[in-house]
Amino acid sequence: MRKADIGFAVILLGLAVLVAWESLQLDIGWGFNGPQGGFFPFWLAIGVAICCLIILVQALGGTSSTLRQPLVRPGGWTPILKVAVPATAMVALTEMIGLYPAAALYIGFYMRWIGKHRWLLVLAISVGVPMCSYIIFDKWFLIPMPKGWWGAHLRL
Amino acid sequence: MDAFANLLMGFQIALSPYNLMIATLGIVLGTIIGVLPGLGGANGVAILLPVTFVMSPTSAIILLSCLYWGALFGGAITSILFNIPGEPWSVATTFDGHPMAKQGLGGQALTAAFTSSFIGAAFAIILVTFFAPLIAEFSLKFGPPEFLGIQLLTFSAFIGLGGGSPLKTIAATLLGFLLATVGMDIVSGQLRLTFGTVELMRGFNFVVAVIGLFGIGEILLTVEEGLEFRGAKPQVRWRLILETLGELPQYWKTFVRSALIGAWMGIKPGGATPASFMSYGIAKKFSKTPEKFGTGVLEGVLAPETAAHAAGVSALLPMITLGIPGSPTAAVMLGGLLIWGLQPGPMLFQERPDFVWGLIASMYTGNVIGVLIVLLFVPAFAAILRLPFAILIPLIIYVCAIGAYAVNNSIMDIWYMLIFGLAGYVFKKLDYPIAPLVLALVLGDMTESALRQSLIMSQGSPMIFFSSPIAAVLAILSIWLLVSPILHPLIRKAWERTRGRGYM
Repeated sequence: MRKADIGFAVILLGLAVLVAWESLQLDIGWGFNGPQGGFFPFWLAIGVAICCLIILVQALGGTSSTLRQPLVRPGGWTPILKVAVPATAMVALTEMIGLYPAAALYIGFYMRWIGKHRWLLVLAISVGVPMCSYIIFDKWFLIPMPKGWWGAHLRL
Repeated sequence: MDAFANLLMGFQIALSPYNLMIATLGIVLGTIIGVLPGLGGANGVAILLPVTFVMSPTSAIILLSCLYWGALFGGAITSILFNIPGEPWSVATTFDGHPMAKQGLGGQALTAAFTSSFIGAAFAIILVTFFAPLIAEFSLKFGPPEFLGIQLLTFSAFIGLGGGSPLKTIAATLLGFLLATVGMDIVSGQLRLTFGTVELMRGFNFVVAVIGLFGIGEILLTVEEGLEFRGAKPQVRWRLILETLGELPQYWKTFVRSALIGAWMGIKPGGATPASFMSYGIAKKFSKTPEKFGTGVLEGVLAPETAAHAAGVSALLPMITLGIPGSPTAAVMLGGLLIWGLQPGPMLFQERPDFVWGLIASMYTGNVIGVLIVLLFVPAFAAILRLPFAILIPLIIYVCAIGAYAVNNSIMDIWYMLIFGLAGYVFKKLDYPIAPLVLALVLGDMTESALRQSLIMSQGSPMIFFSSPIAAVLAILSIWLLVSPILHPLIRKAWERTRGRGYM
């Protein structure tokens, strides 16, 4: 946890420096309309940087408030990756084949792989739920979900 | 009495069949959302926000606020039956609620929790009814320095009262403001912090951030714990409910104390969680049998529930009167107001009385519908958690993805949602609070323009924040809250020395 604390503070510090640098390009001083565009983000970034520096010093000095546990519990990585990787795959698929087919594949895959449910149940839920949401969102509330390749070719 | 006439008008709106249906729908969905892991009040409201674009603003806010009440009720179900607090403020409910459920008294605990939630809410709603117009009237005189003072107070309250590491709270708040500045600068129209990319030009939408940080992050935490929901079976029968209701009046003092604590703490941001703990602690202190607390006493359930619900309602008071949300859920609703084209703040009472009073009246109707529905259908709601995990998790992630996409019809937002989810996980693990980040992201534009307008008014001198009495009081209060985490340990030490023993 301590390493993670230090690492995260370094990442935030880096972000803050990046933002401060970018704000400087926008002018942080007093312009025609009062404070200029870069003024607010610049001082925010400086604030974040100061906080991170103190957090870093505390963590390095061992006086940090966080517990002496690893960031992810032993054995915790597997279930996290089992959720995160298929979810990422679903979003990637959404770009290609649209949200509804991607969701059907994702839900079906997850239920079969992790839950080991019967094929009948897997099919019923993985097809039924996206169908219902298609009716609710695309038809009822007129919020079209991404269609990917199908949208371009079939004009759904 | 102007308030009564307005309230009557509000009831005419809230009691229309359409709005009653919307309210019922909101309560049912909200309770389901409150029961499910990874979906709480804040991201439930965020996911449904796009759906409300097709409704009138009044119906939309009724749907969202009822969703919020439902989520509060749903949180009590999981805390008592499964020992899983759905929201941070239902943690205190688990102390006595879950032991009761394990002893087979789940029905009593749930009845007590729902009834006391209802009483706490009712108390706070009455308060809102009479104080909201007064506060709105008073704050009409506020200019940019005063508004900035209130916003400063909001965030320093998180730092001073939040309980976590003050440094990390400050860092999270500033990060939220930074995320809000990405994209178009509202004052000059310049593009900012886009690093030359098209993707960042639209900026970060708070809905996506809320769904990712609260929803996906929470799911990652849940699966890491490897939680299996093995809950106690609730026995809810009418006789049991009536018996428990008969027992409650003897605790009227606890109700009054807890409702007062909740309503008072709820106005301040992040107040519901400390309110529930404080109320639990005080009920224990005043109890004749304090040693029984924690083993499953009715009073230990109703004290935190009354306070949490009272705080949940009164968190909406600053939102409708000042445009400052008191909780992440209120912040998402406030973002909704902006999307519906309403300017939150004191002018709302004059420009859209139908909206404000419809909302206030729907708090009454929504909580009555809510307490009836949850009492009748507890077993059904609890059954949701018995669904296999391998079905729940992909469904929740799918619903989150729909919500994230629908705000702006952009697949990029689903990617952001995943990134925010990962960030939310790390934030939770490393004790960076999420609530102030979300509040800052929603309020960012308003805060920045208040700051810049104030500085323009004063030609750049920061002394403008002390120029009017109201602004000065607000500024001094916020500074006090900012330094209090440093002073507090010193005061406590002095106090312990004089008392000879620790308190609470």
